[in-house]
Amino acid sequence: MVEHTIAATNAVVTLDVPIPQVIWGWMITLNMWAKSIGTGVVLVGAYLLARYAKETDSKVRIYMPIISFIFLNIFLLFTLLDLHQPFRMINIFLHPHFTSAITVGAWIATVFTGVMFILSLIAVKKYILNKECKLEKLYDPLLKLAVVLAIPVTLYTATIMGEATARELWQTPTELAQMLLAALLCGSAVFLLIGGEWSFEVKRDLAIILGASAFLSFTIYMGEYYFGHMKSEDVAAILAAVKEGGAYHTMFWVAQYLAFIIPMVLVYLSLKSKSGSLLYLASFLAIVGLYLTKHVWLIIPQLLPLS
Amino acid sequence: MKLGFLVDLNLCMGCKACEVACKVENNVPLHSWRLRVKYVDVGTYPETKRTFTPLRCNHCEDAPCERICPVSALHYLDNGIVNIDKERCIGCAGCMMACPYGAIYMDPETNTADKCTFCAHRVASSMMPACVVACPVEANIFGDLDDPNSNISRYIMENQKNGGVKVRKPEKNTHPKHFYVGGGEVQLNPLASKREEGFNLFNKITHLDHIGGH
Repeated sequence: MVEHTIAATNAVVTLDVPIPQVIWGWMITLNMWAKSIGTGVVLVGAYLLARYAKETDSKVRIYMPIISFIFLNIFLLFTLLDLHQPFRMINIFLHPHFTSAITVGAWIATVFTGVMFILSLIAVKKYILNKECKLEKLYDPLLKLAVVLAIPVTLYTATIMGEATARELWQTPTELAQMLLAALLCGSAVFLLIGGEWSFEVKRDLAIILGASAFLSFTIYMGEYYFGHMKSEDVAAILAAVKEGGAYHTMFWVAQYLAFIIPMVLVYLSLKSKSGSLLYLASFLAIVGLYLTKHVWLIIPQLLPLS
Repeated sequence: MKLGFLVDLNLCMGCKACEVACKVENNVPLHSWRLRVKYVDVGTYPETKRTFTPLRCNHCEDAPCERICPVSALHYLDNGIVNIDKERCIGCAGCMMACPYGAIYMDPETNTADKCTFCAHRVASSMMPACVVACPVEANIFGDLDDPNSNISRYIMENQKNGGVKVRKPEKNTHPKHFYVGGGEVQLNPLASKREEGFNLFNKITHLDHIGGH
């Protein structure tokens, strides 16, 4: 009889409501992933313009704002679609509650997207259509503003996760670092993919950013994975479920290999052989793997019963 | 005035009258609960014991749901109740992610967050919450925590001497205004008891699809 298998000290829930389904799912993952690309290209693009202006200027000035604007719109679209009342999104501006990182983030992201829209407009008119653009003088000042705004925009989701008191796996300082590293990983990967004929020096710098971001992210995830159980009973339970071959065990490790481990190895081999070709694969895998990594980390604390 | 709630688990017999009364009073949709009674079995047959724990919103003094709500749909009333304005809610589910007690649900009919409000509409008319009225053994005690002569204040004073008054997850620093007397780890800590497939009386409950939205 099944009741004889339970030790006297053990307790079993015999009647309760089912654990709620995953509340924040793939749309939120896509939101974070697209935002990492949208902000990362600005941060890394600004670095390229500052250090390798002569070689990268024309390409970066065109692609950086356009790629950023496209991915910011993906991020905003899925943020909106994830709302159960998307038409009430306007309430964030009409009835803002500034203790919420959601509100602060929405406001900053809106300004940032507006800046990227103007930069994209200038890029299309001046550099693609080769027409005179009256806003051209605004490009550099707006780029500086965009770099400043890109940092809080990429970070604010970490503070939302930090405000999610029920999910102790997400800690604000750790998640802030992960978000910034994700942006740098994506930004460098995107420019490695579109860099084309850029010299090895430029690609070397991008590869180092990619490799270092992957290494630091991987180190933080491993720190959380192996030592997170010391933080709280909740985190210990979540990580134990993953480690013991739970639903997301395989996906967690596949994601770690795709996003961080393989790209790190490929970056090392590429720098050693002074060949840029392996960096295409490293960049592609890093971008795909990052989506999976973020997804697993988003889902697993939601599997825990709260009551 | 600071309204609070106390459940004497020594008295609760798991009849679920409070659950039903809450459903009816607040028109809570199928599958969703503002209040429910959790059963936990302890021991080995035939030496077994069943415990009953009513669970509802804790109306925390430092409520994470209120803090994370981007539009102040979740807000404090002057009497300490954490209330919700369904007309303003955008359905971001931030409150569901923030509440450490799993007390908030997404209403599948209105696509907005909802939860126990201590029957704020009844309280405004000087009536007790529906669950308090329905309880046949007066295990639910509701009243003003600021008034030392209220039932709840006296109950807390009588029972707190031996550490008998507890809240759920005090380590979260949410300062709940929902107390339990006679509760232990098994009742109040969700990780203290197993949830084994095949043990739960209702394993096959399916989730309702939301109307509109996703």
